[in-house]
Amino acid sequence: MMTMPLCVWPRHAAMRWMIGLTAFLALSGCGANWGWYVVNPATASGYANLKFMLSGLVYTIQLSATAIAISVVVGLLVALPGLSGNIWARRASRTYVEVVRAVPILVLILWVYYGLPQVTGWTIGVFWAGVIALALSDSAFQAEIFRAGIQSIARGQYEAAYSVSLGYRDTMRYVILPQAIRRILPALGNQLVYMLKMSSLVSVIGMQELTRKANELVVSEYRPLEIYTILVLEYLVLILIVSAGVRWLERRLRVDERS
Amino acid sequence: MHSSAPVIAFKAVSKHFDDFQVLKDINLEVGAGERIVICGPSGSGKSTLIRCINGLETYGAGDLRVNDLRVEAANLTAVRRRVGMVFQQFNLFPHLTVLDNLMLGPIRGRGMGQGEARAIALRYLERVRIPEQAEKYPRQLSGGQQQRVAIARSLCMEPQIMLFDEPTSALDPEMITEVLDVMAELAQTGMTMIVVTHEMGFARRVADRMVFMDYGEIVEVAPPETFFTAPKSQRAQDFLQKILNH
Repeated sequence: MMTMPLCVWPRHAAMRWMIGLTAFLALSGCGANWGWYVVNPATASGYANLKFMLSGLVYTIQLSATAIAISVVVGLLVALPGLSGNIWARRASRTYVEVVRAVPILVLILWVYYGLPQVTGWTIGVFWAGVIALALSDSAFQAEIFRAGIQSIARGQYEAAYSVSLGYRDTMRYVILPQAIRRILPALGNQLVYMLKMSSLVSVIGMQELTRKANELVVSEYRPLEIYTILVLEYLVLILIVSAGVRWLERRLRVDERS
Repeated sequence: MHSSAPVIAFKAVSKHFDDFQVLKDINLEVGAGERIVICGPSGSGKSTLIRCINGLETYGAGDLRVNDLRVEAANLTAVRRRVGMVFQQFNLFPHLTVLDNLMLGPIRGRGMGQGEARAIALRYLERVRIPEQAEKYPRQLSGGQQQRVAIARSLCMEPQIMLFDEPTSALDPEMITEVLDVMAELAQTGMTMIVVTHEMGFARRVADRMVFMDYGEIVEVAPPETFFTAPKSQRAQDFLQKILNH
């Protein structure tokens, strides 16, 4: 199986950029237009500000991880009928994908948070509103990824599984999906990165994640350049770690097959 | 020769792909323990015919029974429990070790426990003479070894009937013998076998009856000694001339 790079830069180039950027920021701290004191960990207020910004990290991760877990399950449940022989099942799957994919994530977040409680009568907190909106939106893409992955498995694999008396469910679970998931792992990794980034949009409904924390700090400190630069670095580091994790997983699963 | 009730019975089975008729009015009965070799030019419907037996292909008209069980959607699991199949392309599960390839059917298809399934898998791996490959992955094996694993995988289901769909056609010439030997040994155990193949030497040695197909119909059914020395139909004569005189 070929590995596709998860981000546009090769890993080492990304590292060089980060070092360069950090060096630039450190040096530019002397310039008149920069005020790094707001996030200088050596001072008490700078340290408190940094701590405040980083406190959003746990919510960003929780939100994205919950949303991706749900969207993978929903995506699979949408993809399977899309591959069945029943034309109505296929149409239902197709319609779901087309409709959900057409709604911008921000619009979905606003609709779920402000609209859904009125329709259903439930009270939905910001966290779950964010999770539902992100998961819903991502599930359409996950469904497409699963469909492509499952379709890439040769017909003969089904036939061999059926010929040893496996039913449809066991065939999917033990034969088709384990192979399909190995193939779509790079694409799933991309979605995870995408989801981490899109979780920043949930800040508009007041979710206390990284972006929201930065916004709040900007309002009180009035240092957008420095604070948003830190925010950029926060996402960058987070996503580089996730990418490395996905690559490690890909390598592990590949070794499994060969050893 | 075989007096008991047939284990496989085709009655007037036909199949169309749009306008093209792949199977025309097939009538064939196979007795328990009988070895049938099906031959004929490519596109004559041989593969389609045997793939109907375990329901990998549907048929349009007629009646097809395995042990008096009609082959249709509702009975497929029961039919497939009794019918094993070996494919031209092996179709081993690439993400599983040889042992896991063999154990999946017994565990998931027959509801066996791990230990029992493992014992049966090792027994049949021994039988196809590659017990030392149990922990390897399919891609680490040669084509001949892979096909023997595929045969063992089917045997682990302890079927009554084995279907072979051109089992040596994807193999390098030097590996054909090892697969045919395993099949010939299997024939000696009294297994009911239906084999689609171009290996006429094997057919002559092993088959009880030869079935010759052309254009989706069974043209001739005869014991090998008659079929190879005095084929009745012109089409069988032409076919044999082509494949025996190269």
